[in-house]
Amino acid sequence: MTDRVPVLQIGDVLLVSIQVDLEDRTVLDLQDDLSKRIVDTGARGVVIDISALEIVDSFVGRMLATVAAISRVLGAETVVVGMRPAVAITLVELGLTLGGVRTALNLEAGLAALRRAVHTERPDRA
Amino acid sequence: MPGDTARRTESIELDGSAGVVKARQLVRSLAQEAGLSLVDQTKLVTAASELARNTVVYGGGGRMEAEAAWSNGRSGVRLLFADEGPGIPDVELALTDGWTTGGGMGLGLSGARRLADEFDLDTGEGRGTRVTIVKWAR
Ligand SMILES: Nc1ncnc2c1ncn2[C@@H]1O[C@H](COP(=O)(O)OP(=O)(O)O)[C@@H](O)[C@H]1O
Ligand SMILES: [Mg+2]
Repeated sequence: MTDRVPVLQIGDVLLVSIQVDLEDRTVLDLQDDLSKRIVDTGARGVVIDISALEIVDSFVGRMLATVAAISRVLGAETVVVGMRPAVAITLVELGLTLGGVRTALNLEAGLAALRRAVHTERPDRA
Repeated sequence: MPGDTARRTESIELDGSAGVVKARQLVRSLAQEAGLSLVDQTKLVTAASELARNTVVYGGGGRMEAEAAWSNGRSGVRLLFADEGPGIPDVELALTDGWTTGGGMGLGLSGARRLADEFDLDTGEGRGTRVTIVKWAR
């Protein structure tokens, strides 16, 4: 029985706040859970708050990139918010650029970025 | 006091992903004790996470040994990741960014080498793998 990271729904946005150091299995569960929840809820946006994470290694980095790619295919935008400066510096040196991942400094900025993305890309549904 | 120079080495069993989490936590506390900056702590813990996962996934399990290090008045942390697994036949290739045999991102070994101040990889086909890294306080 692994712990699962809770996925909250607020309107058409799914919100995940990673609060503890995750085992790899839990990281993969979160990736699967998010994909299912996007489909089940028809969510237009996903916000992943990593402000509590002290490190992001290539495994978590890949999960973030994969969720961003999957959500896009499913018609939702993902924003990763709250990355600590030390984590960002380390990620670059590790060699992970997270090119396809939209980021924002904090939750508020992330939600604003989502609103903008949804309005520009899907004006019919916005 | 002679006792002061004895180095206490702590060992973590790396037999699954819970071991990787424990390794990260131990490395964090040693990095803090050694006086590493927040950025350097983050770099060391990230490198340790990559190497510990490799020990579990590719080495079939093993251990991490961690100790405080001193050199020329600087303090630091030395980490050894050791397994008796299949070893790495082509080290050059394994240290190439993006190269993976396990569907990973291929950044663990090469990234850990960049993130550490010292990096030593002792391996070979059928010989298991021993990776040593050191990070010094600035
Ligand atoms: N402890 C190990 N034992 C055997 N092979 C290893 C070990 N560590 C790394 N390797 C090999 O080196 C490759 C590159 O490792 P790494 O840079 O961490 O990338 P990834 O883990 O994403 O594959 C691995 O795919 C594997 O083939
Ligand atoms: Mg690896």
